[in-house]
Amino acid sequence: MNLHLLSLMTWLPLAGAVMMYFTGDSANPTTARNSRWIALWTSLLVLVLAVVMIAGFDPSVHGFQYIESAEWIPAYGIGYRMGVDGISLFFVGLSALLTPVAVLASWRESRRVRDYMAAFLLLETMTIGMFSALDFLLFYIFFEGVLIPMYLIIGVWGGERRIHAAVKFFLFTLAGSLPMLLALVWMWHHAGTTDMVQLMHTTISPTIQDWLFVAFLLSFGVKAAVWPMHTWLPDAYGEAPLPGTIMLAAVLSKMGAYGFLRFSLPMLPQATAYFEPFMFALGIIGIVYISFAALAQTDIKRMIAYSSVAHMGLIVVGIFTVTVAGIEGALFQMVSHGLVIAALFLCVGILLARGHSLRLDQLGGLASRMPVYATFLMLFVMANVGLPGTSGFVGEILVMIGAIQANFWVALLVGTGMILSVMYMLVMVRRILFDQARSVANAVIADIGPREWLLLAPLAVLVLVLGFAPGALTHIFGGAVQDLVHAHLAALSSGAHARLAMIKQ
Amino acid sequence: MLLAIAVLAPLAGALLAGLARPTLGRAPAVGLSVASLIIAAIAAIGTVYRHLVLGAADHLVVLGQWISVGTFAPQWALRMDTLSLVMVGMVCVVSALIHVYSMGYMAEDRTEPRFFVYISMFTFAMLMLATANNLLQLFFGWEGVGLMSYLLIGYWYDRASANEAAIKAFIVNRVGDLFFAVGIALTWYEFGSVDFDTIFAGVAKVAPHAYHLFGTDLPVLEVISILLFIGAMGKSAQLFLHTWLPDAMEGPTPISALIHAATMVTAGVFMTARMSPVIDAAPVALALITVIGGFTAFFAATIGCVQNDIKRIIAYSTCSQLGYMFLAVGVGAAPIGIFHLINHAFFKALLFLGAGSVIHALADEQDIRKMGGLWRKLPVTYVTMWAGGLALVAIPPFSGYFSKDAILSAAFAAHSHTAVFGWLCGTLGAGLTAFYTVRLMLLTFHGKPRASSETLAHAHESPLVMLVPLVVLAIGALTTGVLLGPTFIGAHFANFWGSSIALPHGGAVMAARDGIPAWAEKMPLLLAIAGIGIAYWFYELAPGLPARLAASWPGLHAFLLNKWYFDELYDAIFVRPALRIARAIWRIGDEEMIDGVPEGLARLTGDASGVASRLQSGSIAVYGFVMLVGLMVLVTVFLVAR
Repeated sequence: MNLHLLSLMTWLPLAGAVMMYFTGDSANPTTARNSRWIALWTSLLVLVLAVVMIAGFDPSVHGFQYIESAEWIPAYGIGYRMGVDGISLFFVGLSALLTPVAVLASWRESRRVRDYMAAFLLLETMTIGMFSALDFLLFYIFFEGVLIPMYLIIGVWGGERRIHAAVKFFLFTLAGSLPMLLALVWMWHHAGTTDMVQLMHTTISPTIQDWLFVAFLLSFGVKAAVWPMHTWLPDAYGEAPLPGTIMLAAVLSKMGAYGFLRFSLPMLPQATAYFEPFMFALGIIGIVYISFAALAQTDIKRMIAYSSVAHMGLIVVGIFTVTVAGIEGALFQMVSHGLVIAALFLCVGILLARGHSLRLDQLGGLASRMPVYATFLMLFVMANVGLPGTSGFVGEILVMIGAIQANFWVALLVGTGMILSVMYMLVMVRRILFDQARSVANAVIADIGPREWLLLAPLAVLVLVLGFAPGALTHIFGGAVQDLVHAHLAALSSGAHARLAMIKQ
Repeated sequence: MLLAIAVLAPLAGALLAGLARPTLGRAPAVGLSVASLIIAAIAAIGTVYRHLVLGAADHLVVLGQWISVGTFAPQWALRMDTLSLVMVGMVCVVSALIHVYSMGYMAEDRTEPRFFVYISMFTFAMLMLATANNLLQLFFGWEGVGLMSYLLIGYWYDRASANEAAIKAFIVNRVGDLFFAVGIALTWYEFGSVDFDTIFAGVAKVAPHAYHLFGTDLPVLEVISILLFIGAMGKSAQLFLHTWLPDAMEGPTPISALIHAATMVTAGVFMTARMSPVIDAAPVALALITVIGGFTAFFAATIGCVQNDIKRIIAYSTCSQLGYMFLAVGVGAAPIGIFHLINHAFFKALLFLGAGSVIHALADEQDIRKMGGLWRKLPVTYVTMWAGGLALVAIPPFSGYFSKDAILSAAFAAHSHTAVFGWLCGTLGAGLTAFYTVRLMLLTFHGKPRASSETLAHAHESPLVMLVPLVVLAIGALTTGVLLGPTFIGAHFANFWGSSIALPHGGAVMAARDGIPAWAEKMPLLLAIAGIGIAYWFYELAPGLPARLAASWPGLHAFLLNKWYFDELYDAIFVRPALRIARAIWRIGDEEMIDGVPEGLARLTGDASGVASRLQSGSIAVYGFVMLVGLMVLVTVFLVAR
């Protein structure tokens, strides 16, 4: 059943992007139209392939599936290896789902459409490739490659301060990934291969592990916007065009968390245990600090951006509890957060498209004039604050269940996000939907149209379905998470390693 | 089957009403919602009759699996035992009556169907809470009612005060919910399950466990119970987390009756009764519940005595009555607490709906100083409200007498220091309750009319659709105590409740009620009569007296009028610092400190505007290519260097 499905999904968007360059000059309106349709159909095709892949995935099998392996530079142990397990499966799926959403959301973009659409397809190639790579070098190339299209999307089609944001984004992520490159080289040297499956079974001495862990932390921490490595994010989110923000928040931020799960936990078990309290601290500080920062925002897009970072804190804590519930909660939260944050940014886009300001003090009273919009926005806000019945809650309670096994205070402090997120989210809802109407000149007041329905309704359905029947997800990644946790515990019991001082319950 | 209909019909009603509004129009949307609630009420009465009267066997209605991660596997299910059936019956009946009433009350509203979508959805969430078979589904309903409460408090969202009250309610509730959620997590950690039956079966095994917290070992059941109780304090507006309830009166009056009197706010009491097997094994938690409940009963009543907004007086009264219910749970007489909960649901919903009828008649006037002499204009409202008022004051044979006095007897019989404190607070509270209730009735309906003649000319009795629910509830206020008392708290109460409520020491307190001295038994009633007398003296015989009293004790009066300054205190220690911290974090922490270093780096890399012009003029493909090449070069260097 090896159809090279993963390679197909990875390289198809690139082929689509190349194809666009044969459709004509960028300035031509026909080219623009063709590019849009090429981008949409290519990304939809990838989505179909992703659905086929998820449907054909067997959760009872241990290890990776859809494996592809080819020689690349055999002398150095480098190969073209791809495959997915229960953990990466949904990130491939999320990338495949959100690319068409981003393409549709940018249907009205009129500046250099061909290049714009090509950048998004390139981004899809890089993200899917990264989530399915099983060779460290391949992973690294995709991980870095993501930078290119994203940098261009922010820098060319962004808002007023786009260059500033793009350069900042570029510098942060590049600086972050250099330590990973060093780690890569060391591990390659140590194991003689870049095969990630083999690397997971290579023992590394605890002292070295600590150094490698820090290197990975710098790299993945920047991508996942772990406090205090998050400051590139509000600028990048704020200045990127909305579809770019959607991809940043929904997919790119997951790359860091995915990296922790794929590298730090299985390859560096002793270091993970050693740094566990430190990671809890970073995660919790992230939740509390960023939530307060969100409260001070005056711009909707930035407020949602900060909210997104606060949720990454929850995910980090969940991962580093190294419990089945905690990691499944983190994974669930990652998928849910991808859907919810994308939907919230789409809601912002709907306001933008009607010529509204994004400043909180210049909006208001939209509930009576855009009731359908208001309903959608309220649903996604509630999912964002983790109301039971939405997907947001499942991740939150599972992380809490994981955290209580580590420490009471971790569980309690992680939960403060429940209160803090309500504070800023409800203020935002009030300013947009409620209060007296403050009409802005030239703003169109029309409820959402068919294209916007098409964007929001599937996300709303997914958020509710996952909220009421999360088993659809958890039974697929459950096995992989259990294997991960067992392997981690087995590795720990084989070698004792001191923990950072921490008040254990 | 009937139970499933009772629970799911309101959900169907809410969804159908939401869909019908744009397609079929206003009236069908409202009609669908009301019809579904009437179906739910009939189904609920049917279930209650079959299981509690005819004695059919209880069973669990499983709807599906919710989460399943390791041993954390809560289901969607409808639990059927005496406690949940009693709640389902009460919620469905009261909610159906309020739906009917709202057809009249909200008839003039611009977005009437939206209101009905919300209250039907609320009813569904409340029923899911009441029939939960595990803590997590209870939490689902708990948060669901919180959301609907938020939406309904802020229903008139063009008012700033309504928005503020709605947000405040949600946030204060979430503070409690955080502790509740941690309590659920800890319960799972200790019991290995969140299913009620598994938890209750494991109490004896878990009881000796210690939990290390605050540098010492605490009995884990105490920790869990206190966490859950803090959650209950938020939802049931007990001392420290009560500040949202009076502000919640910004919502439409039927909402105040349904959510903020009869159902949602009692969820905390229900939850502590539901978890009684665990909480009973935690004596410190029980003592805490007794003290908080008893003190809230007293403290809220003191505030109620000086307020002038008709709805706020009743809101503080609700707060106080919830305190009595917690007092019952705390002293180990949870069945009496639930009995009071049911009685209270009827008479307090009645009082709110009556107040709504008055407000409706006076063109949205809520200040009782501007009312007076309305009894001729609103005879049905007047009579029914007296029924509710007397039930609240606990004058026999009205319902409140049977439950409230039983709570105080139980508190007296329990004999512990905390229970005596609770009894003292509750007994003083009984006198205050009588005072503020009669004050409210006298100022509203008796004396000389103080409303403007124009308003008064338009004052009229409400339409039949509003009066019928009032009359039905008034009959309830008169009869629920007499009818349900013998079954709920009589000699055979243990058979009735079965295993749904556990009692500490085998229900010793319930039995000891009969042995208390006559003076202690009669004290609440005597104080209530005294309260009525004083109110009559103050507001009927010597109307100038209250003002003179207020003038001679200005400090005390201001203290009560300003609700013990809780809002001001919280504003100073939580709200304003939070906003200040937020701005400081953003401006100083994020923008200058953490960002400062990288920003400097960005400047070093060259003139940003130069980069800008090149980016815009150049071809993206070229740049993309250059970057990719650069990357490959970098990788190659490492390849070779090895």
